[in-house]
Amino acid sequence: MNKPIRVVAVFCLVLFMALLVNSTYLMYVRAGDLAEDPRNRRILTATYSRERGAILVGDEAIARSVPSNDKYRFQRTYSEPFKYAHVTGYFSYFSSTGVERSQNSVLSGDDSRLFVTRLVDMLSNGDPKGGNVQLTLDAAAQDAAWNGLEALPGDAEGAVVALEPTTGRVLAMASTPSYDPNVLASHDFGAVSEASERLNEDPREPLVNRAISTTLPPGSTFKLVTAAAAIESGDYDADSMVPGGFRYQLPQSSTTIGNWDGGNCGGRRITMTQALQVSCNVSFLSLANELGTEAMADQAEAFGFNSTSLEDLPGQAPSLYPRDMDAPQTAMSGIGQSSVTATPLQMAMVAAAIANDGDVMRPYVVEEVRAPNLSVLDRTDPETISKAISSSTADELTEMMVATVDSGTASPAQIPGIDVAGKTGTAESTADRPPYAWFVAFAPADDPQVAVAVLVQSSDTSPDEIGGGALGGPIAKAVMEAVMEAVINR
Amino acid sequence: MSQTGTLMGFVHRRRRGAELFLLVLALAVGIGAYAAVGLGLEGQVPADIVGYGGWLTALIVAAHVTVRIVAPYADPVLLPLVAALNGFGLAILRRLDITYEALGDPHTFARQQLVWMTVGVVLFIVTLVLMRDHRVLQRFTYTAGLAGIVLLILPFLPLIGREINGARIWINVAGFSFQPGEVAKVMLVIAFSGYLVLHRDALALAGRRVVFVDLPRGRDLGPIMAMFGISMMILVLQNDLGSSLLFFGLFLAMLYVATERPGWLVVGAALFGAGALAAYTFVDNVQNRFNFWLHPLDYYDDSPGSFQLVEALFGQGWGGLIGRGFGDGFPERVPFAYSDFIISTIGEELGLTAVMAIVLCYGLIVERALRIALISRDGFGKLMAVGLGAIFALQVFVVIGGVTGLIPLTGLTTPFLSYGGSSLVANWVVIALLLRISDQARRPAPRLDPVDDSAADSEHTQVVKLR
Repeated sequence: MNKPIRVVAVFCLVLFMALLVNSTYLMYVRAGDLAEDPRNRRILTATYSRERGAILVGDEAIARSVPSNDKYRFQRTYSEPFKYAHVTGYFSYFSSTGVERSQNSVLSGDDSRLFVTRLVDMLSNGDPKGGNVQLTLDAAAQDAAWNGLEALPGDAEGAVVALEPTTGRVLAMASTPSYDPNVLASHDFGAVSEASERLNEDPREPLVNRAISTTLPPGSTFKLVTAAAAIESGDYDADSMVPGGFRYQLPQSSTTIGNWDGGNCGGRRITMTQALQVSCNVSFLSLANELGTEAMADQAEAFGFNSTSLEDLPGQAPSLYPRDMDAPQTAMSGIGQSSVTATPLQMAMVAAAIANDGDVMRPYVVEEVRAPNLSVLDRTDPETISKAISSSTADELTEMMVATVDSGTASPAQIPGIDVAGKTGTAESTADRPPYAWFVAFAPADDPQVAVAVLVQSSDTSPDEIGGGALGGPIAKAVMEAVMEAVINR
Repeated sequence: MSQTGTLMGFVHRRRRGAELFLLVLALAVGIGAYAAVGLGLEGQVPADIVGYGGWLTALIVAAHVTVRIVAPYADPVLLPLVAALNGFGLAILRRLDITYEALGDPHTFARQQLVWMTVGVVLFIVTLVLMRDHRVLQRFTYTAGLAGIVLLILPFLPLIGREINGARIWINVAGFSFQPGEVAKVMLVIAFSGYLVLHRDALALAGRRVVFVDLPRGRDLGPIMAMFGISMMILVLQNDLGSSLLFFGLFLAMLYVATERPGWLVVGAALFGAGALAAYTFVDNVQNRFNFWLHPLDYYDDSPGSFQLVEALFGQGWGGLIGRGFGDGFPERVPFAYSDFIISTIGEELGLTAVMAIVLCYGLIVERALRIALISRDGFGKLMAVGLGAIFALQVFVVIGGVTGLIPLTGLTTPFLSYGGSSLVANWVVIALLLRISDQARRPAPRLDPVDDSAADSEHTQVVKLR
């Protein structure tokens, strides 16, 4: 019987080897994947109890961990909670958002770039510390954006995004209404879930970062894209004559669309500059219809529509230009209506691309990743995503936008002594809700340092272009001034 | 074989000193782990370390002294392995007790387990003292078989049968819960050994060859079909895939060893495969477990779902190579961390290193059992040792494989580690049986004196006859 006993022995050996190999696989190879599962509360509790790195704007830590005398040892605190809430996000025991989430591995100290630090901590038996994250935000610009939104009349909901055109650095990003991340970071978990429930059920959606997550019809600001497509087609330039007049009849339809002020834009044939200056609906409906869905969609996508580009902040909704629109819808898309939707970030990218000779830069909010001892571990490099328009098209569009600010609908953004390029927008939604006011601009026109987009949603907005400009213009102006002042002082 | 051994002049040494040395190491593991639990969770060596350590030492010494006296040639490695595992398991239970108490759900698993260990060691001693030759068990072949089957049926009886956690494997008598299946497996090993050692020739020689495989005769299929039926009954009625696999696998291994014919393995594997497939198709529970095994992370929030398994996987993954250390893990997140999932507790807090050590300990137990089978002089002893070793191998594989996600999860205790009196006591008796067989096997062969034939006692004559 000894031969089969030996066979049984070998079989048992195989069984035990399988156990050893599988345990090694589970606890060594697969451990990393398991640790990243969001349902893994062990990891959460452990990272939650660690000294998390700071999030910095300029020299100020807007989010940092301070020692607390309870079992979680460190309390996350936000020094300017409401203003920066949508960028920092919150770090609660249950979830996290914003930079807290996207840079979690750095802040918690698990990132591979922090390996040496971790090794030193381990050898010196010190507690592991997280790395710091330096944001691209400019404190002055953020102040201007936030104060501008706060100063809006009524219960305004809105968002501001400011970009550095040449790099894609996000200089300001604010959204109202906002919330206090300190409440959600509390160690009193009962209060946290209560607050979280309240915030989630709030009809005004304070948790939503409107700058990147809210997509709405961009209205007349989309006329920039239509104009870009027209000039890129080769058949038009700033001085080309385009149709004006009181009304435009949609193709395959008896519906006619008028201009925002009921006027005729100054004649039956006007220059494209004038059409943009007075935000002439008839001209751009006609242009979009003539260019067709394909050309319009190609141009929109070149600016970043139908995709996402922001990689270091979660929650970007893609701005949409559907390719399956029929002729009347395409015509309507020329003035930023029908199925076209955009985020404030997307419209800021359109302005920034025009300012940057047509190059669309990838927007980013993380400037540098630093070790706990503040040595720089990594720096984000600017990246060109696409060439939306040629340099000459960009120049022509810039001139047209400057004219729109100098003597057109976008005049509220005028800054004495500086050429500002801008465009207003007022988009309609349903009849019972007030329209959305948009404003996009960049300055200085000859050497752009900042491009900004402002969205004011659900405020006491008057349904016309001046109204849009009146609400968004001053905010855009304040943000641009803040950035340029900082540049001059630098 | 024994003749071969003696002819070559090889005589096994007693090695009781080696056993004592290994036992000291085993006690160091058990008591050291207990102290480490106190240091890790309460910041100090537990106040009852002397009483606890003394009690553990007393039990182990008693076992060792018994072995020295009544089974001096027994295998010297088995007892230390078991002592280390049992002591270590007690420390783990103590560690869980502290956390459960902090959570407001006090248990005294460690204390109760120590009581059960005491009972187990007493039965270990009783078994060794009363049973001086394992072959007496052969007389009880059919009695043991009947007892085994009755024990398996007991949980279905009204009044005493109880269902806990979806498996109907418990009986409740006078306030004590008991898993009769743990005793049944020992009974069945005895019954199989007795039956097979008598019928092995018939089972081995008759049959015909079909494509390289010798298939048994139809009439010989009776026992295997009966055992198959019992296994399937356990699977379907008791909802217990683990026990079912254990009993059938045990029977197959013994049948194969007895007959030396791989054909039985083919028949058995085909039968069990068909049965498992049928169970998968018709029994929801089995299907669920299969799905949880293949895609554990997809069923985390479901009910019934894979929460338990996934938490165990998270815990072990988090433990990594060297573990979090006692008190720095969250083993209490895993339901039944003290019984079926004790390996995940060890993996989380002591890491892959400890899990490997545990698996190696079990591997060594199986290796010792099979070695005893190899050197045993009688067929009955060989078969019993193989059977007892196979139980260990299969049980450890099924439960640790299940908890680490290697195979579908089934409920079985981890021998000597998991909380559970029936299992612990039964396993101590299993070790006693193995030591008794090894004592017989390693004992120097009796000198046969052909001149003084009448003086040879009946026991020694039997040895010669059987071989």
